[in-house]
Amino acid sequence: MIGKLVNGIIHGETRSIARAISWIENDVPQKEELIDALFEHTGRAQVIGITGPPGSGKSSLLDRIIEQERKRDKKIAVLAIDPSSPFTGGAILGDRLRMQKHTVDAGVFIRSMASRGHLGGVAGATSDSVKVLDAAGFDLIVIETIGVGQTEIEVMNIADLVMLVLVPGLGDEIQALKAGVMEIGDIFVVNKADKEEANRLKAEIEYVLHLKSEDEKGVKSPIFMTSATENTGIEELVNGLHEYMQRMGENGTLRERRRRRVTLELKKIITAKIEAHVHKFLETGNNLDVWIDQILRKKTSPYKLINEKVIQILKELKEK
Amino acid sequence: MSRKIRILISKPGLDGHDRGAKYIARALKDAGYEVIYMGIRQSPEAIVKTAIQEDVDFVGLSLLSGAHNELFPEVVRLLREQGANDVIVFGGGVIPQEDISFLKEQGIEAIFTPGTPIQKVIEFIETNKERVLH
Ligand code: B12
Ligand SMILES: Nc1nc2c(ncn2[C@@H]2O[C@H](COP(=O)(O)OP(=O)(O)O)[C@@H](O)[C@H]2O)c(=O)[nH]1
Ligand SMILES: [Mg+2]
Repeated sequence: MIGKLVNGIIHGETRSIARAISWIENDVPQKEELIDALFEHTGRAQVIGITGPPGSGKSSLLDRIIEQERKRDKKIAVLAIDPSSPFTGGAILGDRLRMQKHTVDAGVFIRSMASRGHLGGVAGATSDSVKVLDAAGFDLIVIETIGVGQTEIEVMNIADLVMLVLVPGLGDEIQALKAGVMEIGDIFVVNKADKEEANRLKAEIEYVLHLKSEDEKGVKSPIFMTSATENTGIEELVNGLHEYMQRMGENGTLRERRRRRVTLELKKIITAKIEAHVHKFLETGNNLDVWIDQILRKKTSPYKLINEKVIQILKELKEK
Repeated sequence: MSRKIRILISKPGLDGHDRGAKYIARALKDAGYEVIYMGIRQSPEAIVKTAIQEDVDFVGLSLLSGAHNELFPEVVRLLREQGANDVIVFGGGVIPQEDISFLKEQGIEAIFTPGTPIQKVIEFIETNKERVLH
């Protein structure tokens, strides 16, 4: 079963790719084996994150970027993330509505993804899904995030490069954005440049970036002006993206980032696995209740008990 | 493991009546499903490609224009041709009673006409979802 799926994926078959992403989203037990089997085929794709406030035109812009990349004969995959309802777990996934002219193009794969409670602006399944798309031979993989606030910045840990889309009319919000989100952008896009005040926004971004560059090592972030609806500035943006990416390759930033990505991923997954084991341990056989009683009755002291239990958990882990 | 049911809602053909489809999409979201909303003016081919990329469990089609007897079966046919044999197709809209048995023969498993309570749609999904849980 896994062999067939892996084979389908590395031959770029849509159904296999799509099913693999579902496996990851649903966290099926075979997921790990799948990712490991695909691993040797990964590492070729460029991964771009596109983020910015909801309604700034991320999906519309992406539609235009796909158009450009297709002219250059690039195979492109999109993971578009939308929020799941915290109350029902349901979601309406509507990003692809804006990218419909590419639906029947075999060189384009678009997948909508619900966040399923994951915080950070992407889904928990996003980073493993990128590996599937990479192994499937896409040249470019784009992650469209839910949107940004101060904490929705996880895309920077998954993508090689982050494109931050801003629009005129946010008013003073750019000041607020400055603190958290401005920092994750490698490339800045002022979309809706057909609107008034786009130039003023550009000047504001330039000012903020100027402040930022003073305390860093002088890698300049370009700013592009686009209108997704009027189809202007797109070619410049796409050229700029590739130039930036190339520069990142040359000056070692790309290597550094990919190394950091693996570092964070290893830490996160190892921690999560141990944590899951700890939870299981705490929940089995009412362990926790017994200890609480022991402490409340002063049969033991808290740290004595805690350290005993930690040793016990570690021993169990070792035996597994 | 945490399995979620994914449903594609779309309108094939040229029919622009989208209130019903939007209403259904939102109601299914509120019922806890993941709904990919594709909107109006879709070709059966585009619907099927999307269903496969999104790996949906159900495809819900909506038509009020009268073209359901051609377009609904075409979606089922293309899905099966592409090997998506497990995807369940259902639909709704202004559809005369006398067409429903024909559509069912063609593999559209349920039809919901104006005024059907959303609970009926949810019941349909709940009773059939076991078949697609892989
Ligand atoms: C509102 C309306 C319009 C609005 C549409 C606004 C919009 N964006 O949706 C406007 C004014 C634009 C319009 C235009 C036209 N309309 Co009109 N319209 C209606 C009307 C009065 C109500 C439709 C509606 O919104 N109902 C409310 C929604 C919530 O109900 P619903 O769509 O039926 O959905 C429910 C169920 O059917 C079901 N359902 C629907 N889809 C799905 C999908 C799934 C997966 C599931 C599970 C369930 C489901 O669940 C929903 C909730 O119960 C109907 C008459 C009627 N009583 O249905 C005519 C009607 C649909 N229109 C009709 C016509 C002819 C037209 C025009 C061609 C008129 C013209 N000559 O210009 C144009 C065509 C527009 C176009 N581009 O396609 C005819 C169609 C005739 C036919 N089938 O043979 C109807 C039936 C009127 C009639 N009796 O003649 N229309
Ligand atoms: N005027 C103008 N509107 C745009 C532009 N780009 C997108 N929009 C509109 O902005 C709205 C939100 O776009 P969307 O791509 O869905 O934004 P997202 O939420 O960031 O993905 C839509 O109504 C678009 O038509 C643009 O360049 N100019
Ligand atoms: Mg979007």
